[in-house]
Amino acid sequence: MSRLPQAGFFFAVLLLSWLATAPAAFAAEPEFTLVIRDHKFQPAELKIPANTKVRLIVDNQDATAEEFESKDLKREKVIPPKSKGTVLIGPLKPGRYTFVGEFHESTAKGVIIVE
Amino acid sequence: MLGAAIIVFRESFEAALLIGIIAAATRAIPGRSRFVAGGIAAGTLGAIVVAVLTGRIAQLFGGMGQELFNASVLGIAVLMLAWHNIWMSVHGAELAADARRVGREVSEGRRALSAILVVIAIAVLREGSETALFLYGLVSAGSVGTSQLAGGAGLGLVAGVGVGLVMYAGIVRVPMRWFFAVTSALILLLAAAMAAQMARFLVQGDILPSLADPVWDTSHALPGNSPLGALLHALMGYDPQPSGMQLVFYVVTAAAIWLGMQLVRRRQLPGAGSRAAA
Repeated sequence: MSRLPQAGFFFAVLLLSWLATAPAAFAAEPEFTLVIRDHKFQPAELKIPANTKVRLIVDNQDATAEEFESKDLKREKVIPPKSKGTVLIGPLKPGRYTFVGEFHESTAKGVIIVE
Repeated sequence: MLGAAIIVFRESFEAALLIGIIAAATRAIPGRSRFVAGGIAAGTLGAIVVAVLTGRIAQLFGGMGQELFNASVLGIAVLMLAWHNIWMSVHGAELAADARRVGREVSEGRRALSAILVVIAIAVLREGSETALFLYGLVSAGSVGTSQLAGGAGLGLVAGVGVGLVMYAGIVRVPMRWFFAVTSALILLLAAAMAAQMARFLVQGDILPSLADPVWDTSHALPGNSPLGALLHALMGYDPQPSGMQLVFYVVTAAAIWLGMQLVRRRQLPGAGSRAAA
């Protein structure tokens, strides 16, 4: 490889590493938290404002992983045990949007009410 | 145990379907079985690695690491499938005519096989990492005995693989005249479906806007979780409520692959353009 592409490659890797570890940009959007405990969501019903981008923090307090999944919201994310995941949703029109914990669908379910 | 079976089936049947289609499409390339097996092995290993690193990956890129990771591997898979189709559009007919041709075909076939190894590995890695986390959770919670869990997971895996085998058996029965057209169409649709999936993750990761969402809603006519809906989702990316960005990715990918196939054929097979296009 000649010098210029080599340098370009090096800077690309540097930039990517910096981007990868950069913390979330200052969150102007409202934050809501869903807790997973004993394979159930708490709260099972969450109200969020309409037409607003919302940052949903899913706090998995169980000792096993869970997959937050919502067909209505078109979101799916695996949350490892004892950790938190971020799901960005919205802006949403008013209505009810159901979600489940795919690994424990019989008990882990809830609805996000947008109004 | 039934829960484990159902989840493992759901995760494995999509990957099995893809493997079945690719294995059938590359039937004529010598030595392809080793690459298919290699892809499955690499994907399984990768799935375990990704399962272990899930939390770390998720925290990258401001909490959107999982979305970016999924979008990236899907993007690589789309490129590999596109490359495979374009390669096959030139060499497919020759290979079908003489399956044991040696020499240039074999070494070129190697490159095509490397591409499908990567695609298979990616499919197995994506579905497998979720399955690995799910199964590990069941075991460590102690809610299901390990032998029951293994039984349920095995059952689900066998059923999923069964779907792939049925697909394979069905495709290899297609008459020779249509074989290339059918397999390249199936792979083109698979690639477009993966591109649409990639769009979903990029929208979820707030990297791209969704444009209209949803563009249409056919969930009353054909729900996404019905058996036919799930099959169409796996084969061609059926989504009852697609977003505009998903449709853009789908159409652009399908058109680009189709165009690529036509252009390369015309350039490398000078007589091909004058015959009626397939």
